[in-house]
Amino acid sequence: MMKFIFGKLTLDALPHVWYTVGGTVTLLAMMAAAAWYFTKTKRWSWLWHEWLTSTDPKKIGIMYIIVAALMFFRGALDAAMIWSQQALASGNGGYLDPGHFQQIFTAHGDIMVFFVTMGFLFGLINLIVPLQIGARDLAFPFLNSLGFWLYLAGAALINMFFVIGGDFSAAGWLAIAPLSELQYSPGVGVDYWAWSLQISGVGTLIGGINFLVTILKMRAPGMTLGKMPLFVWTSLLSMILVVSVFPILTITIGLLSLDRILGMHFFTLIGGGNPMMYTNLIWMWGHPEVYILILPAFGIYSEVVSTFSGKKLSGYVSLVCGAIGVTLLACAVWLHHFFTMGAGADVNAFFGIMTMFIAIPTGVQFVSWLRTMFRGRIVFKTPMYWFMGFASTFTFGGIAGVMLASPGADFQLHNSLFLVAHFHTMIVGGALFGIFAGITYWFPKVTGFVLDETWGKRAFWSWLVGFFLSFVPLYILGFMGASRRLDHYPASTGWQALFITSFIGICVLALGGLFQVIQIVYSFRHRKELRDTTGDPWNGRSLEWSLPSPVPSYSFATIPEVRDRDAFWDMKERGLGPKKYEDIEMPKNTAMGIYVAGLAFVFGFAMVWQVWWLAALSLIGVIACVIIRSFDEHTEYVIPAAEVERREKARVLAVQQ
Amino acid sequence: MLFHPAGVVAAGERNLIITIVIVMLLLVLPVVFGIYFVAWKYRAKEGDGRHAIPEGKHGMFREIVWWFVPLIAIGVLSMITWATAHRLDPQAAVAGADPNAKPFVVQVIALNWKWLFIYPEQGIATVNFVEFPAATPLEFDLTADAPMNAFWIPQLGTQMYAMPAMVNRLHLIANAPGEFPGTETEINGDGYAGMRFMAKAVLPDDFDAWAASVKQGTSTLNGASYAALAAPSQNYPVTFYASTSPGLYAAVVMKYMAPIVSSSTTMDMNHDSR
Repeated sequence: MMKFIFGKLTLDALPHVWYTVGGTVTLLAMMAAAAWYFTKTKRWSWLWHEWLTSTDPKKIGIMYIIVAALMFFRGALDAAMIWSQQALASGNGGYLDPGHFQQIFTAHGDIMVFFVTMGFLFGLINLIVPLQIGARDLAFPFLNSLGFWLYLAGAALINMFFVIGGDFSAAGWLAIAPLSELQYSPGVGVDYWAWSLQISGVGTLIGGINFLVTILKMRAPGMTLGKMPLFVWTSLLSMILVVSVFPILTITIGLLSLDRILGMHFFTLIGGGNPMMYTNLIWMWGHPEVYILILPAFGIYSEVVSTFSGKKLSGYVSLVCGAIGVTLLACAVWLHHFFTMGAGADVNAFFGIMTMFIAIPTGVQFVSWLRTMFRGRIVFKTPMYWFMGFASTFTFGGIAGVMLASPGADFQLHNSLFLVAHFHTMIVGGALFGIFAGITYWFPKVTGFVLDETWGKRAFWSWLVGFFLSFVPLYILGFMGASRRLDHYPASTGWQALFITSFIGICVLALGGLFQVIQIVYSFRHRKELRDTTGDPWNGRSLEWSLPSPVPSYSFATIPEVRDRDAFWDMKERGLGPKKYEDIEMPKNTAMGIYVAGLAFVFGFAMVWQVWWLAALSLIGVIACVIIRSFDEHTEYVIPAAEVERREKARVLAVQQ
Repeated sequence: MLFHPAGVVAAGERNLIITIVIVMLLLVLPVVFGIYFVAWKYRAKEGDGRHAIPEGKHGMFREIVWWFVPLIAIGVLSMITWATAHRLDPQAAVAGADPNAKPFVVQVIALNWKWLFIYPEQGIATVNFVEFPAATPLEFDLTADAPMNAFWIPQLGTQMYAMPAMVNRLHLIANAPGEFPGTETEINGDGYAGMRFMAKAVLPDDFDAWAASVKQGTSTLNGASYAALAAPSQNYPVTFYASTSPGLYAAVVMKYMAPIVSSSTTMDMNHDSR
């Protein structure tokens, strides 16, 4: 009976070691602090009506970025623990036992990819893509809210092991089978991993469909595909990849869960299971995932370079074709993650050459940015610094990538710290720097004031120096034969000095993070001086800069007519036409996304602990909520033209004063 | 260690890496320094706001030219990749000084968390230590009785997965006598970092003497002592077995291929997979 009610859940699952107690206390303290703040300022209703239930992509985007920033802090703590352990554990065990160390790097990878980089990118796409295509909302506003809340449910579930369970997966960020099978990972850690990714993965897939449809169907009149800004293009391609490959992830993890829960044999050692199949499937998703992260960042760099050079993008067609090429090739290279598995030379060579081909469109993109800057008038604001940092890091990471792409070289570099250094170069130097560039660039559009330049540049230099200090030693260690994920190593290897250098690097990176926090706090306190009154602080070129900062809830009082690739630049040159106001239909708020995601969280938790009745109930609840929502026909409200006019004029008056 | 290769395989891989770096630098350096230079040359200055910024020139021909530059570089690298992927194919035997010499075979079983080396010719076995003649082509027959593993001796080159229910053949060579650390590179549980071993290349005569001395010992690797060894354990000391029961390696390989049966029955299967 107890087993029926509680499944595998027992009192032992409560926190009892330092890190689970610490994690639990931290989580509870954060919740208590938030509760205290909202109660004291009497803002619960504001929070609920203005934010949590909002279907406005501008607000959902901000919520994505806040959650991603919190998860970034969590993932960075993991990184600090990994690095400090490796700096210490030369010839001794360090301060973390192997199982714990392995859980930490597993969590670090998953959190940084699924909840930080993806979160930031979905946030930026939410904030900016609708504005760049001249749309007031998304094709499916409710789905957008639901996608965010599922992402948050996944993020909550991945941290839930601190509170109940105590163990996370120790099988690496992709939980390669058969190590992740019950035979070798009997705890609930892998289940937490699986259900967290399943739930957030559904959120990602929903978001992908939503943006795909939005970009294809909701562009302003006149904006043909060939006139879309680069960020819209790369987001579109990224979303095409999401829609294409996230189902593979769902299926793969689903099969693994069938193995673990029902004793099936898809990837087990015994009973005819095939673990190599798992490796293939997970990388069929995993490699395109890298491009899901990097493509939107390429779009951001394109926008930044064009704006701050004061020039139209050169080689727009090449940039777009290059991004399309990357998208297609991304799905044909997965085997390069395991050349050492023993496929024949022909197979290895094919996938190696396909991988190298990716360098061609990527190289063309760099040339296009170079040509855009050529004979421009380049203003070095912080976003441009991030682009220069990206150009300095990503290109050399790319060389490392081509090395890894050649099977003969990969045989010697695979699974070494060289590989670790390579993909961190791509994701930190590529995607993350792009995210920072994008956040700085579009910050005034979202908040109404620009970020302080001095602190921004301090943060940039810390990040750049910290980046090289952290990862150059890892490249060298890889050459010295250090494999990845080592919780300790013999002193005779002579690696410790490099590991310590790398640890100093992360301290500099932490300083960069601190400067970014200071930058935001400082800018907020000086928001009057830093206010963006024009809505166009950088002399921008695309439609979002035609709007006031911050953008009103309905975004566009009048839907613009697009005539040129640089739509707003064209309008500035021709002069803006007189505004005609019209009734605007906007989606209503809905709490249904919160209910569905809450039930999905309960479902995931119940599946982890195999509490079947609870899983069944919550799943029925999820389905019921979706059905109820689908019968709601009053999902929109109208802002009358007169009201729009009043608000627009009031804003103009406010700016003039 | 990559730059201290001790065998032709490792040397070939180092040369490939250096070739790729040089070709890629020829491609990347002009672009990166071009970006630095253009960024400096065309930076916004006081008082240049009055001049119009020329729009870039566009045209199909220009675009295509920009595609051809990286295409040529990557085309060259692709040909090198195709050739080296075949030349360095771990499944192809390495040519030694004597082209007719048969490779020296070591059967490797990755266990939780140690490496077992069986010498079929000599009938001996070692744990976390492997010795072999130098300047002789080597064939490591990799399998595992544990999750996925990867076998790597950096100074000799190519790493290779050791997976249950199959044999991956890895061909290497040590040019001269020496000691080369070897390691595990695929995460496989608690004892992962301790799965290190020493690979020792010696002169052929010394190897025969060493094998004879191991044979003097008393311990035997049979079904029972193998089962004890295969049980999970960390930082396992170097161990020598004076004799091995024939067919043990094949039985380990077959263990997971059969339908679900207890391991004791599969252990008795006595046919060689080679």
